[in-house]
Amino acid sequence: MSVKKDSSWEPVILAFCCNWCTYTGADTAGLNRMKYPENVRVIRVPCSSRVNPQFILRAFQKGADGVLVCGCHPGDCHYATGNYYTRRRFMLMQRLLEYNGIDPKRFQAKWISGSEAAKFRDTVIKVSAEIKALGPNTKFAEGYYAQNEGGNE
Amino acid sequence: MARIGVFICHCGTNIASVVDVEKVAKAAMQMPDVVFATDYKYMCSEPGQAMIKEAIIEQKLDRIVIASCSPRMHELTFRKMLKGTTINPYMLEIANIREQCAWVHTDREKATAKAIGLVQMAVAKVAKNKPLSAGTIPITKKALVIGGGIAGIQAALDIADCGYDVTIVEKEPSIGGHMVMLDKTFPTMDCSACISTPKMVEANAHPNITLKTSCEVEKVSGYVGNFEVTIKEKAKYVNHDLCTGCGLCQTKCPTKVTSEFDQGMSKRSAIYIPFAQAVPSKPVIDANACLKLKDGKCGICEKVCPIGAINYQDEERFTTEQFGAIIVAIGYELVNWEEMYPEYGGGKYEDVITGLQFERLVNASGPTEGHILRPSNGKEPKDVVIIKCVGSRDPKKGKSYCSRACCMASAKHAHQILDKIPNSRVYVFYMDVRTPGKGYEEFYDNTRKDGAQYIRGRVSKIYKEGSKLIVKGEDSLLAKPVTVEADLVILATAMEPASGAYELAGKLGIAVDGDNWITEAHPKLRPVETQTNGIYLCGTCQGPKDIPDTVAQASAAAVKVAALFSHDEMETSPMVSSVDPDKCSGCGFCVDLCPYKAISLVEYAGRDNGRKVTKTVAKVNEGLCQGCGCCNAICRTGCIDLKGFTNEQILKEVDALCL
Repeated sequence: MSVKKDSSWEPVILAFCCNWCTYTGADTAGLNRMKYPENVRVIRVPCSSRVNPQFILRAFQKGADGVLVCGCHPGDCHYATGNYYTRRRFMLMQRLLEYNGIDPKRFQAKWISGSEAAKFRDTVIKVSAEIKALGPNTKFAEGYYAQNEGGNE
Repeated sequence: MARIGVFICHCGTNIASVVDVEKVAKAAMQMPDVVFATDYKYMCSEPGQAMIKEAIIEQKLDRIVIASCSPRMHELTFRKMLKGTTINPYMLEIANIREQCAWVHTDREKATAKAIGLVQMAVAKVAKNKPLSAGTIPITKKALVIGGGIAGIQAALDIADCGYDVTIVEKEPSIGGHMVMLDKTFPTMDCSACISTPKMVEANAHPNITLKTSCEVEKVSGYVGNFEVTIKEKAKYVNHDLCTGCGLCQTKCPTKVTSEFDQGMSKRSAIYIPFAQAVPSKPVIDANACLKLKDGKCGICEKVCPIGAINYQDEERFTTEQFGAIIVAIGYELVNWEEMYPEYGGGKYEDVITGLQFERLVNASGPTEGHILRPSNGKEPKDVVIIKCVGSRDPKKGKSYCSRACCMASAKHAHQILDKIPNSRVYVFYMDVRTPGKGYEEFYDNTRKDGAQYIRGRVSKIYKEGSKLIVKGEDSLLAKPVTVEADLVILATAMEPASGAYELAGKLGIAVDGDNWITEAHPKLRPVETQTNGIYLCGTCQGPKDIPDTVAQASAAAVKVAALFSHDEMETSPMVSSVDPDKCSGCGFCVDLCPYKAISLVEYAGRDNGRKVTKTVAKVNEGLCQGCGCCNAICRTGCIDLKGFTNEQILKEVDALCL
């Protein structure tokens, strides 16, 4: 892999967080003044099952270096069964992305409840470090080849 | 073109100390469609809101972004503020730059850059917002209470006292539940029947309450304010409109079977009133026991009935009714300890009984008229062992949870034995003694002072030697094995959800936990609501609890129902899914997927290339839809979309964040 080794490079990570558990957990992390890297941006969705596969593909195409899908713990979904669908779709989606050469670490699903602020922080720190180690998403990102002649992954 | 206003809040110094708010406001001005951006110390304050309203007028804004605390905090505040303006309350997006930015970062430059990113995301989304308006649905002001135990009775009485109609559906021939089986209630030692039967009678006599005994819920459809419930009335074989409850039939009936009410400790006839204080005090025929119904013989009850109320041709009936709200109060059962604990005899020894059997044994209207006697030989026991946590706190053999009421119930039983049998000895094997509650610890202390010996440890085996039961256990405080020669062993068996709880939850579309207890919407702040609007819970169907907690929860559930019924109509959330019927292919995937059964297939008269066609399409019932958006992700044609979180809106957010 020949990515630009630039120490100041920060990945762009999108986190789809369900309103009832993980978004609340992220808020709780804030309430407790926990610290985590700035490179994760949260998109609020009512339920993790709202996350359309299209959103994930679009994110990678637009240059996101990682995508997180976070929801309530299985069995604890605010909408009773939503996260079970998320779990199944996630498995499929991750395999599809892997088949396309996207490292599975770039697309992860996590179950974080509203009270698990520390888990949210730890997840963000871990995922952020993992993706930083992987380097930029060169596979899908639109215009990457145009900008980086000869780049390959 | 959209005219977006962006308002950056300092939140005192909460945000401003980490994020350069002025820089964010400046950056916002450069974003597409943004015509106005400013920052202010407290956006949620009166002057802050006044400033936003002023800007809306002066700048002719048609949508706004507020960068402040979490939308979970003040989204509603700002929506309410917009109600008084030219902007629809849903033309608003919040950028969470406090909880998810200022509070979690320290690097001012990076935090400011992130805040700009979050504002950019909100700006991109709000550009695609559409005005939404809440619909209204009428409310049927009639409640259904499922389960006629003390929880259901209390809830029904409270709702009825508010002036609303209530129907109680009870699967047994009488209401009363478990409480009426108990002899005394801790810690006050009130006679349980004396305090619960007046409530049963009151429920029966209340002009607003309809009792449906021997009935079960068959089918539930509809949504908050408008449930349609099909109730199955089992065949009673006795016309209760005619029956006066004289009881002649049950004295003449020749067939005797074990009594459910007395926990198998006595016999009842095939035509029976479950217990003396039953409500309604009218008999039903047990079709599994009745000779006439089984073999066509006998028929004595019909002959002796002075008014001809017996009807052997009776069949189960189904009725469908409308209800505005449903309370689930189906209670508990005791676990089947015989299967779990073969080492305690597995039901082989007559003198090993459950706490509930002991309640009948010690009750004046029970099988022994209140004398504590050994079931095996009818003699008074002198040495009694009580074993706690039989099935509770035992994840390997039984349940992992604590059944909560048994520590106090066991202390009560110990107290009753010591009180009623002179020179008796009571040994209580316990793991922990848990007695939180008003007057509970004092009660437990008194029981020990009465002479009950508490032994910390588990019992490993019970076997019979002569007429004695040998109880082998361990005193874990002394680290020594203990053997007690007992005359009677009482097991404090675990509670588990009533049979059928899982199936009923499925019919109602509500959740259960891993043990099948009904799940509340929020364990702390919404303890009597389920995740489905308009369906509430109370009592032990939610988890083990004692009578005071059950009654408190029942009244709480009743208040929720009364609050709902205090309006003629209710507003629905406009953030629900909707289908574009012209694009829908009618595949029906979303129909199966929806956890709320909110989507159905309907006929739709549309146009295809100019031709008139009728096709099958999905339709969302907006009253039922809770707005999870699960259906959106499975729709292959992309015709179903969640208002407020449309595909277009979220894609714009993705794009904005990836810039």
